[in-house]
Amino acid sequence: MKYMLLMQFSAAGTDFPSIDTWTQDEVRAHIAFMGEVNAKLTAAGEWVDAQGLGGPQQARIVRAGEGGTPVVTEGPFAETKEFLAGYWIVDCESPQRAVELAAHISTAPGPGGRPLNMPVEVHPVMSAPAQEL
Amino acid sequence: MNTDPRVEDLLRELAPQVLGVLSRRFGDFATAEDAVQEALLAAATQWPTDGLPANPRGWLIQVGYRRMIELVRGERARRRREDLVARRDPDDQRYAPAPDEELTAERDDTLVLLFLCCHPALAPTAAVALTLRAVGGLSTAEIARAFLVPEATMAQRISRAKQRIRSSGLPFRMPEPAERADRLVAVRQVLYLVFTEGHTSTTGPDLRRIDLAAEAIRLTRALHTLLPNDSESAGLLALMLLTEARGPARTGPSGELISLADQDRGRWDAAAIAEGVALVTRALPRGPVGPYQVQAAIAALHDEAPSTEQTDWPQILALYEVLERMAGSPVVALNRAVATAMVHGPAAGLAALDALAHDPQMAGHHRLAAARAHLHEMAGDQAQAIADYRTAAARTSSRPEQLYLTMRAARLAAQPVDLP
Repeated sequence: MKYMLLMQFSAAGTDFPSIDTWTQDEVRAHIAFMGEVNAKLTAAGEWVDAQGLGGPQQARIVRAGEGGTPVVTEGPFAETKEFLAGYWIVDCESPQRAVELAAHISTAPGPGGRPLNMPVEVHPVMSAPAQEL
Repeated sequence: MNTDPRVEDLLRELAPQVLGVLSRRFGDFATAEDAVQEALLAAATQWPTDGLPANPRGWLIQVGYRRMIELVRGERARRRREDLVARRDPDDQRYAPAPDEELTAERDDTLVLLFLCCHPALAPTAAVALTLRAVGGLSTAEIARAFLVPEATMAQRISRAKQRIRSSGLPFRMPEPAERADRLVAVRQVLYLVFTEGHTSTTGPDLRRIDLAAEAIRLTRALHTLLPNDSESAGLLALMLLTEARGPARTGPSGELISLADQDRGRWDAAAIAEGVALVTRALPRGPVGPYQVQAAIAALHDEAPSTEQTDWPQILALYEVLERMAGSPVVALNRAVATAMVHGPAAGLAALDALAHDPQMAGHHRLAAARAHLHEMAGDQAQAIADYRTAAARTSSRPEQLYLTMRAARLAAQPVDLP
């Protein structure tokens, strides 16, 4: 069963300063943790894909306009104070395991090495039916 | 790699035999598996250019054997084992068997491999991957593609599984008779898992390259050939054939599900149905009767009926009652409730479903809501049916099921509804 784990950065749910204000060591510890998570998932045979995403400044919203031409806007991201920071796709045995992995990811270290406890959404990846209707 | 399909088929057939010989000879499954993979690779590159050797199996065994010796020499701990093997065996047995030597034990070897791969210490997904590679002769890349995960992930799963088998210290031989029945249950479960993975795939076999349902049927056929008197293995093969026979009619052009009642029965695979029916008919009276045989019998009744109305529902209901006593589960109870509705009317079916609503496994399950929706529709209670279809659609994590349920609700509501 595949699950998508979405790491949401939520200004409302967290109380730490933006990552560009952290010390170099704090940033390094954070990145090292993420690297370890991916290595562990790979070793367990659960890793499908994982990517960190650019911040809201780099994100765009695209809609099809007249005749399908893209209409691109730059927001509204900043006002929502909430954005998708990265995602994992894992293939694991049970929903419980997916929750366990999400909880572990949520403990990524932030300033002072304290866990950030950022919210991680767990979505089952839509698949084919398990049984005859 | 583009290999001649005939060479590919031959390699797949020979892989488990060669692996069996090497594992038994060295008593080390994990290393033997590595050696066989390399021998297969050598064959896949050399045979298409040099032509088939006179005795392909002997060729593979010799190459695998040589590679095995190298691997064994590679580590000090292994060297001790090699010494042990050397001391234990007479000189004339210290060489690979001659290419023309008849190998008498190969049939049993395949069975031992199956039992080993379905080791109780392995998680089901690991057992599935290992079985497909060791017994099915598929490459790691092929298995990874079939399960839509990166090759590195599948390689890790397989090597972890091999480590587990190694650390369990389980020798390469048939389990004791007392344990054999339990292990055979696990073997069938793993084969059925491979089948369901393939059967439920939305993408066609051409896209995935490895059709897992076909592979599961091939392996189960091999199991049935090895154990022709085991009626439950015959039942499993029948169940797969009878289920797969409906495959072509089961989904529409966009991958949406088509319910049993609406399927074009002319598109069902008549040959597979005939074979499945014959298998289960032979297996049932021979006993002992197990859950796969009963499910195969139910599938046979569906497959042989010209329409839903002309289906022998009383017989199906009776079989579900047998199945429930034998291997009861909420899913079986749910299917029995639907059969009850077909025999005694929707009210009786809904009453049976109400009893299930208290089951913690079933209470929030989309299948319960979907069944309820169907029965409410049958009873003419449109509003309730629409609500239940929508609940079921919101709960399922299957795309084709969600489309199907949403369309059912939309059709009843008779107004366009945005698909999610």
